[in-house]
Amino acid sequence: MYAFEFDRPATLDEAIALMSEEEAQALGGGQTLIPTLKQRLAAPARLVSLTAIPELAGVCVADDGALCVGATTTHAAIAQEAAAHYPALAALAGNIGDPAVRNRGTIGGSVANNDPSACYPAAVLASGATIKTANREIAADDFFEGMFATALEEGEIVTEIRFPVPEKAAYMKFEQPASRFALVGVFVAKFAGGVRVAVTGASEEGVFRWTEAEEALSANFSPDAISGLSLAADNMIGDLHGTPEYRAHLAKVMTGRAVAAAG
Amino acid sequence: MPKDHGIGASSKRREDVRFLTGRGRYTDDINLHGQAYAWFVRSPVAHGRLNKVETEAAAGMPGVLRVFTGADFEGVGGLPCGWQVTDRFGEVMQEPGHPVLAQGKVRHVGDPIAVVVAETEAQARDAAEAVVFDIEELEPVLDMKAALESAAPKVHDDLESNLCYDWGFVEENREAVNAAFDKAAHVTTLELVNQRLVPNAMEPRVAVGDYNTGTDDSTLYTTSQNPHVIRLLMGAFVLGIPEHKLRVVAPDVGGGFGSKIFHYAEEAFCTFAAKQLRRPVKWTCQRSESFITDAHGRDHVTKIELALDAEGHFQAIRTETYANMGAYLSTFAPSVPTWLHGTLMAGNYTTPLIYVNVKAVFTNTVPVDAYRGAGRPEATFQLERVIDKAAREMGIDPVEIRRKNFVTEFPYATPVAVEYDTGDYHATLDKLLEIADVAGFEARLAESKARGKLRGLGLNCYIEACGIAPSHLVGQLGARAGLYESATVRVNATGGLVVMTGSHSHGQGHETTFAQVVADMIGLDENMVEIVHGDTANTPMGMGTYGSRSLAVGGSAMVRATEKIIAKAKKIAAHLMEASPEDIELKDGAFTVAGTDKSVAWGDVTLAAYVPHNYPLEEIEPGLEETAFYDPNNFTFPAGAYACEVELDPDTGKVTILSFAAADDFGNIVNPMVVDGQVHGGLAQGIGQALLEGATYDEYGQLLSGSYMDYAMPRADDVPFYTVDHSCQTPCTHNPLGVKGCGEAGAIGSPPAVVNAVVDALQRAGHSDITHIDMPLTPSRVWAAMQG
Ligand SMILES: Cc1cc2nc3c(=O)[nH]c(=O)nc-3n(C[C@H](O)[C@H](O)[C@H](O)COP(=O)(O)OP(=O)(O)OC[C@H]3O[C@@H](n4cnc5c(N)ncnc54)[C@H](O)[C@@H]3O)c2cc1C
Repeated sequence: MYAFEFDRPATLDEAIALMSEEEAQALGGGQTLIPTLKQRLAAPARLVSLTAIPELAGVCVADDGALCVGATTTHAAIAQEAAAHYPALAALAGNIGDPAVRNRGTIGGSVANNDPSACYPAAVLASGATIKTANREIAADDFFEGMFATALEEGEIVTEIRFPVPEKAAYMKFEQPASRFALVGVFVAKFAGGVRVAVTGASEEGVFRWTEAEEALSANFSPDAISGLSLAADNMIGDLHGTPEYRAHLAKVMTGRAVAAAG
Repeated sequence: MPKDHGIGASSKRREDVRFLTGRGRYTDDINLHGQAYAWFVRSPVAHGRLNKVETEAAAGMPGVLRVFTGADFEGVGGLPCGWQVTDRFGEVMQEPGHPVLAQGKVRHVGDPIAVVVAETEAQARDAAEAVVFDIEELEPVLDMKAALESAAPKVHDDLESNLCYDWGFVEENREAVNAAFDKAAHVTTLELVNQRLVPNAMEPRVAVGDYNTGTDDSTLYTTSQNPHVIRLLMGAFVLGIPEHKLRVVAPDVGGGFGSKIFHYAEEAFCTFAAKQLRRPVKWTCQRSESFITDAHGRDHVTKIELALDAEGHFQAIRTETYANMGAYLSTFAPSVPTWLHGTLMAGNYTTPLIYVNVKAVFTNTVPVDAYRGAGRPEATFQLERVIDKAAREMGIDPVEIRRKNFVTEFPYATPVAVEYDTGDYHATLDKLLEIADVAGFEARLAESKARGKLRGLGLNCYIEACGIAPSHLVGQLGARAGLYESATVRVNATGGLVVMTGSHSHGQGHETTFAQVVADMIGLDENMVEIVHGDTANTPMGMGTYGSRSLAVGGSAMVRATEKIIAKAKKIAAHLMEASPEDIELKDGAFTVAGTDKSVAWGDVTLAAYVPHNYPLEEIEPGLEETAFYDPNNFTFPAGAYACEVELDPDTGKVTILSFAAADDFGNIVNPMVVDGQVHGGLAQGIGQALLEGATYDEYGQLLSGSYMDYAMPRADDVPFYTVDHSCQTPCTHNPLGVKGCGEAGAIGSPPAVVNAVVDALQRAGHSDITHIDMPLTPSRVWAAMQG
């Protein structure tokens, strides 16, 4: 690690002010950022911890029925507190990493980081969620811009993720054997107005919606509906854990299983 | 009725109390007054000419004491290799130099270029970033076969080629083996890879060098499996320090699996720098650093052929293996693909003719050396895989083909230079079929099928040569060391014992098991016996722990020393009871005179030895302390049979191990619980190799699987609850305990069982074209195989 200043503000306003300083970086649970710092792969001048700001943490249900999850809510808290409202999201959170990661890592950190193998981006995109920041709201469809890239501006703080709750949903994760991140993960969400399918782990461009599957499933929400479809391997990730072809294949298998699990 | 103490009892591991409560004292827990910290600057490229290393800027950074480069080690010896192999043509192997810090060239990612020593680790690390080096990149040598082509770039410019040796074994059998193949009724051929593994001991390596300016003594604290070997190698070959001026301490060590046998540059550096700087110097390996500096394991590419007669009797075996040595010869590297591999190619079978060819190759990768099993897993894997393939091709049941060929008469001299003293391979196989419920497999298969899953059963036998090793024999084979073991038994005045051993425990439970042996011989409570190991200053010269040798060789030394103690104690007891020594009996810690009710307690005799008021001083010396060195006159040959049942998800290729059964013959057992634990750990490692682990380099020589994000270690939910049995016991005939060793069996015997099971599952599902998949059998590889 290189030396840095450390702040742990108690209000969002203070945090916003601190984040405007040069080379300031937000710190959520630190489960991605701290290992990066330890390896000296990042050198922020200032870390602004968001976890002492009460209004950023916790889960609640809005008047329109949407589930509002504060950005610093940990995976463990979501696994527990979202279970009654959005079981598929809670199950996803409860299967991230290990207990230490779940007790520290936050949804805001995960979404802001947009790791191509992370789980939450699939839930956020498939749910058609809204990412709220200190000064605006961004639709999920506009938020994820490719591997580790998002619509966030420099220093912009994610404050909340607002999830419309689908009628049925499930997340199926096929684990990469070493990291146990998603080699391919598929989140399927069925709303009154149609089905959304988001795939993580597979594409060079990060999380994406499989629109053909969405159409087929909107017409017939059963695993059979996608049996004739296939994803092209063109843009898929190829590495020592799987070829592009394998990932394309897995995305279909996991979609079918997610539909079956959603019931 | 299981025993509750002594030999045969499952005494709880006394060392675990400190390990499990955070009170172990590992090398990194050692902090000396005035200690400085070393940080290594390492090559980021696989192969290059090191034109310049500029250290000025770094030397001026805060807290920096000195920056060392290869130039500082020009007058210092290189890291030695402890084994010289002679090739097929009678020539000795090509042996390159191995400088402590790179000189002129870098040869693998991680090769050390410079070291900064500073007041704090952070300062050393900061300054390390200011070391500027100019490397002219060269084409890396990575593929072993390509490395042997004449146009290939050379890893070592001063060697003729990248070939370390071309070994033939037994060379005289070559023609006879070829002839047997020419007239065989059936030949089965299999090409396979035994992939490179990263050892991943839980505790990374650490070294602390210390120098006493008053006495001119050097001390090295290090994470080693064999402190005496390090003292000898580093003192004699690298730094020129005689043994009496050098002490090496390996305190609690958190796992080794072979990787901590070898002498590493960082050990020599810290010892050297401490003397130069007159300050203790400490280095603690980072986890990512350990991936690119700890000697790796395996990395063989093999073609094996098995010749059979029409009934399935093995006629001959012929193999050709390329063995990766990496960039330099690690301490025992040349012995692994040769004497630890070729000598096991007979397996449990009576194959009369065997020829093993091994080409050891230098590449721009981390050096490869012994890793749990060392050569024997490679032998077992290819043999048991090719047997399975042959059985399938010939329509013979895999159990039957093995039984047909078992060695049944002992001693048995194999055609590959070893003699099995004892064994009963039918017995372990019978036991396996029972504990694995092989008879019930079809029903379980149907159940899996009903759930849309494929199920397979794989089994195999294994044999290993342990209790390493008879010195006279290994000397003939090229070892530059003896492989005896030592023990000093010191009885204190009030009766307690301290046993000082050259063996080293780094997870094996020696402090418990060894105490059981010695206490049992005298008839004392185990808690009266303390085991001391790991410090050259207070243990006799011994060769350390690896190759499942510690109980068979080290334990035998302890038995011999304890026998001497008992003989002397009987003389003292005879004097005290005014009887003749021949009439003295020792039982339950008391001496009696046969046929009388006379008795003296153990403690009375030990006290008399140190307070010799009433003592036969004219016949024997006071005191009660004896040393023994034990040199085995053969290897030991643990053997057994393993079975694995897997379920395979046809949609994803994911393999799940449902059950794993191991029937082992380890000879006599001192502590059944410790043996279970050793087998469990070995199985986890073998399953890790079969399904998960693999060190992968890209075309530039960068290690792609250089962290736990990409290198998959087995976790608790990757392995099943094991069924382990060691009730089949044919005691070793040549050591006093009748023990054979159990530390590596699990890792040796399990990979073929897993792969046999996966191939079985696929074959049963109609994939008749799939006869082999290379390890690790990841979901993507299995799925790809299923796509044809
Ligand atoms: C062993 C291990 C296993 C894991 N397994 C999984 C897994 O299976 N699936 C999975 O999805 N993830 C996994 N993760 C990642 C984990 O979920 C991380 O917690 C998460 O990706 C980052 O969240 P964090 O709160 O820790 O963020 P941090 O590490 O604190 O920050 C990550 C990045 O986000 C930024 N950031 C943080 N909070 C905010 C905010 N509110 N607004 C704007 N920017 C912000 C930071 O500046 C930084 O760039 C694993 C991590 C580990 C260590």
